[in-house]
Order: sequence, then C-alpha cells, then structure tokens
Amino acid sequence: MINSIVGPFIRAIFFPLFLTVACGLAHADSRIVATGGASNIEGSAGGGVVPWAVINGYGSSDEWAVTGMATGVFVDDFTLKVIGASVSYDNRVELSFARQRLKLDSLGGDLQQDIIGLKYKVAGELLYTTMPQISVGVQYKDVDDFSLPSAVGARDDSGVDYYVAATKVFFDALWGRNVLVNGTVRATKANQSGLLGFGSERNNRYRYMKEASVAVLLTDNLAVGMDYREKPDELDFAGEDDWQDFFVGWFVNKNLSVVLAYADLGSIAGFDDQKGWYLSIEGAL
Amino acid sequence: MTCVLRRRVWSLVSVILLLSLLSACSSQPATVYEGLGGEPGLAAVVDNLLERMAKDEQIVRYFQDTDIALFREGLTEHLCDVADGPCEYGGDDMKATHRGLNITQADFDRLVQLLIYAMQEEGIPIAVRNDLLKRLAPMYGDVVYQ
Repeated sequence: MINSIVGPFIRAIFFPLFLTVACGLAHADSRIVATGGASNIEGSAGGGVVPWAVINGYGSSDEWAVTGMATGVFVDDFTLKVIGASVSYDNRVELSFARQRLKLDSLGGDLQQDIIGLKYKVAGELLYTTMPQISVGVQYKDVDDFSLPSAVGARDDSGVDYYVAATKVFFDALWGRNVLVNGTVRATKANQSGLLGFGSERNNRYRYMKEASVAVLLTDNLAVGMDYREKPDELDFAGEDDWQDFFVGWFVNKNLSVVLAYADLGSIAGFDDQKGWYLSIEGAL
Repeated sequence: MTCVLRRRVWSLVSVILLLSLLSACSSQPATVYEGLGGEPGLAAVVDNLLERMAKDEQIVRYFQDTDIALFREGLTEHLCDVADGPCEYGGDDMKATHRGLNITQADFDRLVQLLIYAMQEEGIPIAVRNDLLKRLAPMYGDVVYQ
C-alpha cells in the first residue's frame, strides 16, 4: 500500500533528476519566475483547477525541469488531498503524475484517483509571440474504489480527458501590471473530474467543456486571479456544478511557490454548496 | 451552465474595463525613457545588465569577439529609441545582428531575466519595466535561431 503510493512519486522525481545530473545540464531554470504557473489538482501546470498551455517548471530550450507538489482542498463535506510530480523537457513536453485522495468527511470513507498527464506545446510562446502559447494534453484517470461513483450512477472507473489550452501574458496590461489569460477546451466523460467515475448509465459520450483563468501579476512574484471550469452534469443520482476559485499565488522564487484559493465547487455527490479553502505548495528544480 | 459561464465572463470583462479606465487616470511618466530615469538611468541599467551578462557563462560566450564599448553604445541607443527617448537607433536590425549566432530560446529567456534583475536593482518601477518588456518581447522572432 505504502509502496504503491510512494513508488510512482519517487520514480517520477528521481528518474528525471538522475537524467538531469547525468546530462550535466547545469542551467535548468532559464525561464522567468511564475511562467511555469502552478500545478493544478490533476498535476498539470496551470491554475488551481484548470490546465494551462504553460509547461511546468522553469526549463527553457534543451533544459529539464522537475516539480513536486502537495495540494489540499477543504470544502464543507469533503477533503481532497493531492500529491504530484512532473518532469518537463525543452519547454515543450510535460509528463505528470498525481494521486488524489478524496476523504468523504460526512459519508465516511475515502477514494483515490491516479492521474497520468502528458502535455505538448504546439505553437506560440507565452511571453514573446502575438499568438498565445498553445498546448494539447491528455489526462488518463483511474479511480480505485468504484462504490461511490457507481452509487451515483457512473459507468466506468477510468477514462481519458483530452484538452487544448491557449495561454498568453500581456505585458503592461493593467495598472502597468502583466496579465495572464488562459482558455482551455476539454473533451471529457469525467464526473467531478473523475472522482465520481466516468460516463453515466444513460450516456457514454464525450462532452466539450470550457475552462478559463485570468491572473494579474501585482509584483514579479505575486499573482491574483480566478479560475472557472465548466463541468458536465450527467449523473442520475448526483448533480454537478461548474467550479470556480479565486486565488493568490506567491512565487517565492524559481524553486518554491504557494497558492491559496477560495473555491466554490457547487454540488458534489448530493452535498450542495461545497465551498472552502484550497492550499497548494509546489517545489521546482 | 453556458449561460452562467457567459454571465461570469461578462462580469469579469466589465471589471477589467473599469479597472483599465481607473488606471488611465493615474499619473505616469510621459515616456518609458523618463521612467527609466533618462540618460543616467538608462546608462545605469545598461551597465548593470552588461555586468550580469559578463558573469553568465551561457551568455558571455557570444561576446568573445565583441567590442564591448561599441556594443554598449549600440544597446544604449537602441533601448533609448525603443523607450521613446531622444535617440534614433542607426544600427543593423535585430535579424541582421543575430544572424549566424543561433541564439536559443534559453539564451533569450536568460537575457530577459538578467534585464529584469538589472532594472529591479536600479529601482525602475514595475510599470516602466513591464512597458519596456512589452516593447522588446516581439523581437524574439528576429533574435532566436537565426
């Protein structure tokens, strides 16, 4: 059990670290602070609940970057804890792993979901080109305990999300501050991001969901903004709402960032009006 | 659901518009050049940047055969021009000056980082720094991988 949690995490961090050292790439953080975003709850670089087109960490061309993160979301009847890690190369491709543990504070018990993500930058440069940075990504998701998802009417315990994200930083856009804007379209069958399974008894088709984030960099190291994530509502026995959060991100340096957010996740598994705090810490090499 | 999203996006757009209107009222230096502190301010930023470039192994290797005094003059004039100062850059365009160097994205990112550090250390206000970066960023395409 312990091994199954720690094993992938350790492998995810140490394999790329070994590569980095082996290749003798001393400079692995050429990009500017905050341009790696944070790690979202699914382990992909982005805002709190939205994957962005940015590549995790601060590696630029021909450089490796490694990140590790821990996130907690504390709403009325649930607690979500996530650990994750990612490795990126060439400011081009990002491989991520996240393990989510949803504690059912009111129902009792918990369930886990593993997410493996792959993201590839296809066009544009976040800071430099008129065209936004555009990336495509996949997230393979697998829930370990199907009893709750099945009780609320889900069809499968695993699924794949596909997304396209466009992100751009506008320099000197508001009070002389830089503003980041992101738009993401996701094809998904996931209920509550997969924590309540995939598809429903009646319906097994992909839905296209729109997600967006806006952030203002008040200083070089401090960002405030919001995420919005449209969600499907397919389950027979549990309503599902769009998610939103307002965040403050403190990018202490290129090795450490902390995001604090207030999230409104709506109805989850029959419990309405789930609101609460989101705290995430990311370390990057 | 879509309707809710649309409403929220519109409220966000109106907040941003309102904030932009407010920001237009606050007083700003007339030009980026003035914001940088005019001639002495720009010279301090350029010298700070050159010192950082000299210490950066990855950057300094491009300057093995460069006449630094001449480069300093050209860079100062170019930045002064870009910042709407009383100068006209007479040197070669960015594409020509970087031809054959095969400057990478990592080099470009590092140089932008060094410029930010230099401006921070010289006490340039964030709005002025961002305005200058906004003017320099589009040069990316003419500088890298030439």
